[in-house]
Amino acid sequence: MTQTIDNRFGEFGGQYVPETLMTALDQLTTAFEAAKQDPEFQAEFHRLLNEYANRPSLLYYAKRMTETLGGAKIYLKREDLNHTGAHKINNVIGQVLLARRLGKTRLIAETGAGQHGVATATIAALFGMECEVFMGKEDTERQQLNVYRMRLLGAKVNAVTSGQGLLKDAVNAALQDWAAHPDDTFYVIGSAMGPAPYPAMVHEFQSVISKESKAQYQTVAGKLPDAIVACVGGGSNAIGSFAAYLDDPSVRLYGVEAAGQGVASGKTAATLELGTPGIFHGMKSIFLQNQEGQIAKVYSISAGLDYPGIGPEHAALQATGRAEYVGITDEEAVAAFEFIAKQEGIIAAIESCHAVAYVQKLAPTMRPDQSIICTLSGRGDKDVASIAKYRGEEIHE
Amino acid sequence: MSKLREVFKNHKAFIPFVTAGDPSAARTVASVVALAEAGADIVELGVPFSDPIADGPVIQAAGLRAFAGGITVNGVFDIVAEIRKQTQVPLVFLTYANLPFKYGYDAFCRRCAALGVAGLVIPDLPAEEAGEILPFTKKHGLDLIPLVSPTSGSRLAKLVTDATGFIYIVSALGVTGQRAGFAQNLPDLIAALRQVTDAPLCVGFGVHTPEQARELAGLADGVIVGSAIVAQAAAAGDDAPAAIAAYTRDMVAAVRQAEVDA
Repeated sequence: MTQTIDNRFGEFGGQYVPETLMTALDQLTTAFEAAKQDPEFQAEFHRLLNEYANRPSLLYYAKRMTETLGGAKIYLKREDLNHTGAHKINNVIGQVLLARRLGKTRLIAETGAGQHGVATATIAALFGMECEVFMGKEDTERQQLNVYRMRLLGAKVNAVTSGQGLLKDAVNAALQDWAAHPDDTFYVIGSAMGPAPYPAMVHEFQSVISKESKAQYQTVAGKLPDAIVACVGGGSNAIGSFAAYLDDPSVRLYGVEAAGQGVASGKTAATLELGTPGIFHGMKSIFLQNQEGQIAKVYSISAGLDYPGIGPEHAALQATGRAEYVGITDEEAVAAFEFIAKQEGIIAAIESCHAVAYVQKLAPTMRPDQSIICTLSGRGDKDVASIAKYRGEEIHE
Repeated sequence: MSKLREVFKNHKAFIPFVTAGDPSAARTVASVVALAEAGADIVELGVPFSDPIADGPVIQAAGLRAFAGGITVNGVFDIVAEIRKQTQVPLVFLTYANLPFKYGYDAFCRRCAALGVAGLVIPDLPAEEAGEILPFTKKHGLDLIPLVSPTSGSRLAKLVTDATGFIYIVSALGVTGQRAGFAQNLPDLIAALRQVTDAPLCVGFGVHTPEQARELAGLADGVIVGSAIVAQAAAAGDDAPAAIAAYTRDMVAAVRQAEVDA
């Protein structure tokens, strides 16, 4: 699905932000459109992806998982092996190159689990730029390791106490900071959300995931895979995992949301299963909200998925039926965290383990001549302590 | 001529803001009536939203108090109905886009018009997106009040095209709240706006002292004050209506003094 000239994906998208930010968005749109066509920008982007971020990432055949589950062959797209340990760095490199073109000297970012904050702090260090990361206070407490990482990289971490102290509140604070400093500051949005051109921009920079996986799978199997599975919070790794297959209708696309304690429990972040259309964080999309439009509280064990909205392109992909969105509970995700560790020797991020848990359900329903590519969006070192706690064991890092 | 435009025919305007339902419906009604009696020309009523990204800590806290008191969108309409029993002061709503969107733009605008709400300020609905509500504000005779910022630059002509009421000039970058100074380019911004529109120009964001009000009213046609009033009301408790009325009398006098200065 391409973003149309009016900044929409179907009925979703748009630029619902205060006037103070509109000039900055106009400049960003112009710079982004130019960069897409500029061979010099593209060369620099891909050079950094390859030489600094360790791309291309592996497409790994998970033989033991495949045998255990019985059914489709399972391939893992290893974004967890990127520098900084997640897919987030792909997008950050692209956006920070744009920030430099625009002459901005200060980077700000929101972060949930901390992976996008770490990626932004990393590239800020690489380019010698000032960096401030907004992170919900609750998230700073459950992701202390990433908070320290960001500080080690030279970033200032601002613990946001408003609201629930979660990702949504971090986005609010980052938008407010940007509105106060639109001239020198570039807001590096970490997910496929926010006002145009961010969703299209994140799509563009993260599409390297599926461009690679498509070519890699072609080399291995000489055909297209049958299904792509990726976890969805705001939706950046999922849109990157889907992008190259959007026009290949035989490839089924699955986005896996965090159902928390269950879709019906009231403690969930399953936006596309329970949400309704709304306007928030610069975009028209689907949100968890009450009948009158107050944004809902969300819950998930995963600090990277507990967001009450979703990027507008995903809302549109659901509306057209091109992609399917399913929920995985905390319990299922934690079981998948343990499963993939023991089966494949991979400690994957709890976010990614939502996708793994869905693969556990999907693979047995498919034939052995079919294949699934599951994106491991990040590595799970950051989650070890909280998973231990979930299982009733207190460990100190 | 729109009801709001008429306000500016003879003098400059002082426009105080209160958050509806902070901390109760009854207090809001009493406060708006007191503001009107103290000489407020228009009262801006904030419709509480869960995530008010354009608002600073003072107005955010007011929203939380209103939610604690059980405020809903329909509850805000009920407050307006009560206000209308006691005063006909022109009212405008400050609301975030999601609330009228969920209510239904047509139904929201119809309800506003029926209760005598004259205009809407929607900080997260810039000119690029205003087209989705404009047919309904026009249909029901409401003014959609455009916001203009110190960063608007070459966008000014686009922003004022549909300005049937007044224009809200954001005097400083960032969120609402008290400030010592305003954007340096404010006089230039106002002069540039005068080139492209005859609509009255009102300045808000950060205004709190009578001296500031007098200075800004010298440049513009009206002054909007939010956080300063909300903070005083919160500090005064049950005495809030009297406290903010006294402040409003001082601010109205300062704005009127600007007319004499001119």
